Amino acid sequence: MKNILTVENVCKNYGSFKALNNVSISVPEGSVFGLLGPNGAGKTSLIRIINQITLPDSGTIYLDGEKLQPHHIQNIGYLPEERGLYKSMKVGEQVLYLAQLKGMSKTEAKKKLSYWFEKFEITDWWDKKIQELSKGMAQKVQFIVTVLHTPKLLIFDEPFSGFDPINANLIKDEILQLRNEGASIIFSTHRMESVEELCDNIALINKSNKILDGKLNDIRQQYKTNQFEVGLLCIDKETVYSQINSQFIVEKSKSPSFNNDLRLLISLKNGETSSNLIQFLNNKAQITHFTEVIPSVNDIFLKAVANNG
Amino acid sequence: MGKLKLIIKREFLAKVKNKSFIILTILSPLLMVGLFSLIIFLNEKNSEEIRTVAFVDESHQLASIFDNSESTKYIDLTALGLDEARAKTKEFYYGLLYIPQNDSLVELSKGISFFSEDSPSLNLLSEIENKLEKKIRDLKIEQLHFDIDKIKATETNVVIVTENFSGEKSSKIGSLLRMAVGGGFGYLIFMFIIIYGTSVMRSVIEEKTSRIIEVIISSVKPFQLMLGKILGNALAGVLQFIIWAISAGLMLTAITYIFGIESASSGSAMAQMNPEIIQQVQETSTNDLQLVLQEIKNLPILTMFFSFIVYFLGGYLIYSSIYAAIGAAVDSETDTQQFMMPVLMPLIIAIYVGFSVIENPHGPIALGFSLFPLTSPIVMLMRIPFGVPWWQIITSMLLLIITFIVIVWFAAKIYRVGILMYGKKPSYKELYKWLKY
Repeated sequence: MKNILTVENVCKNYGSFKALNNVSISVPEGSVFGLLGPNGAGKTSLIRIINQITLPDSGTIYLDGEKLQPHHIQNIGYLPEERGLYKSMKVGEQVLYLAQLKGMSKTEAKKKLSYWFEKFEITDWWDKKIQELSKGMAQKVQFIVTVLHTPKLLIFDEPFSGFDPINANLIKDEILQLRNEGASIIFSTHRMESVEELCDNIALINKSNKILDGKLNDIRQQYKTNQFEVGLLCIDKETVYSQINSQFIVEKSKSPSFNNDLRLLISLKNGETSSNLIQFLNNKAQITHFTEVIPSVNDIFLKAVANNG
Repeated sequence: MGKLKLIIKREFLAKVKNKSFIILTILSPLLMVGLFSLIIFLNEKNSEEIRTVAFVDESHQLASIFDNSESTKYIDLTALGLDEARAKTKEFYYGLLYIPQNDSLVELSKGISFFSEDSPSLNLLSEIENKLEKKIRDLKIEQLHFDIDKIKATETNVVIVTENFSGEKSSKIGSLLRMAVGGGFGYLIFMFIIIYGTSVMRSVIEEKTSRIIEVIISSVKPFQLMLGKILGNALAGVLQFIIWAISAGLMLTAITYIFGIESASSGSAMAQMNPEIIQQVQETSTNDLQLVLQEIKNLPILTMFFSFIVYFLGGYLIYSSIYAAIGAAVDSETDTQQFMMPVLMPLIIAIYVGFSVIENPHGPIALGFSLFPLTSPIVMLMRIPFGVPWWQIITSMLLLIITFIVIVWFAAKIYRVGILMYGKKPSYKELYKWLKY
């Protein structure tokens, strides 16, 4: 598949501080890409380089196959972590101004703007000043500013911070809609659980280094532990537990259960399959629950850090 | 280029549409003119008040000098005697002048006293003293049997006409004019830099605190934004100054029209004076007017205009980019203090030096500070009306332009890094580090 963005061996130092150490990522066209890592890992530094706000010390970046150039900024929409608009400027004027800075003509921007205003049902905000709007309302305006020029690549830094759950869902749906229309999305966040169900691909960054990247599903396969969570309805819990414990590796699960069943996390030994486990359990008690434990990105991150450590 | 224009337009409109800008632009000339008129009005009122001064002249020699003038009326109470006159004065009049009886003119001049409720106006006292001195002197001359007319004929008035070696006549008025023009230009640049430099700084801080900065510089280069900001604010400033100049001009014309009638009526008072004196006064005033016109013609107007543009642009651009860098380096206006002093220092020094330079426009201090680029926009402009050799102007301008490039480069670097830095207390060491990012 074609890559909308390719970052090759990018390094960036701030004085003696190394912000990015030889980082390479590629974002396939039309996908949602998660750039994940803890605070201070270097995510924002990388994003600023992609946005040409700062220049890399070394390394190359390609957007849509071309080496990154100043005119590419109109193909990128960027919602920074630090959001903000001119407080005393009117909403309409402000969005038009920012759209024109992105290279749109005024008439084109006006047309697009009325589409989005109608979509969000905020047409009567045109003459309001930002300082008259609530924080959530301002965030909607900011979102429109980010997407108005229909960029090929959308970059959201900490996308859902500051939105209430309803607006967060609204924005999430809009972003997926844009993806369906052909845009590629980069989510950058340290709250990995907030985006993991959305991402097709991820890259994990820790302490200026990329430690892992690829398709999320592949990575999950790679990091799965053959662990299953089971729920068993039985009378003599102690006996059943010791019987299973003699055959498999067992932990008590922390997840809550209905009707007081026994919840366990059972790991398979080499060569065993899940049907072996089900058969074994079926003879001991009534099975109320059986799922494979999918490693969360958080868990994967912790493991990957430990492995690289 | 298109984006720079957009930025300039936005910055200009943001500034001009600002309520405080509008109020300041409209109100300041009104306030100035209002204050001015008030002062003139109060002055007029003050001089309209007529004081009545009573006198008791026991010497019977001096009464003749007390002519009523515009502001003072004299009443002879000699007939009442001192005690009664005092009582009456206390009740009705401003003050009482007492001249005791004394045959010796020398002693007479020592014994004169003035009684009044409040401490008397100094102007009035010196007016009376002058009259008395003159009269007593005349009396003494008479006593010594000199011919008063002959002595008066010896009085001479000397006016020194000054001329430089190339034959141009110069005058005190000329020097005053040069001082006024040079000082005015220098002060104008000083004010403009401080007002609009601060305004640039505020605008940078606003973008930083409202967090819009990152959105904008993902669309334009930081340098473009900085330049657009500086130019947009400058345009707003120029507009404001033009409005001020026009409205001040209009209102001054209006005022001179209103008060012009008053000065004409004071002219009629002059008509009562000795016609010879009037002629003299008129002669000197027409002479002075011609001299002023002559002096204006003598000023290097073209050089002044051209250099005003260069120094204005150079000075403003240098300082406003420093202001922009300061704005970028801090998180709020309260943090700017430590950086403001070093910026204001050269400006204030320039103004101080400038006003002493006016006294001695070609001394070594004048030369030094008019070459040093952080002070030259003010000091050189103050010198130029006095005539400055071309090599000095050119050297000074070259230094200014080089400094401009270097400072803007440094400021842009600090600006570029600073606008994305939050929560860092900037120190000079930190700023130095940013230069290397």
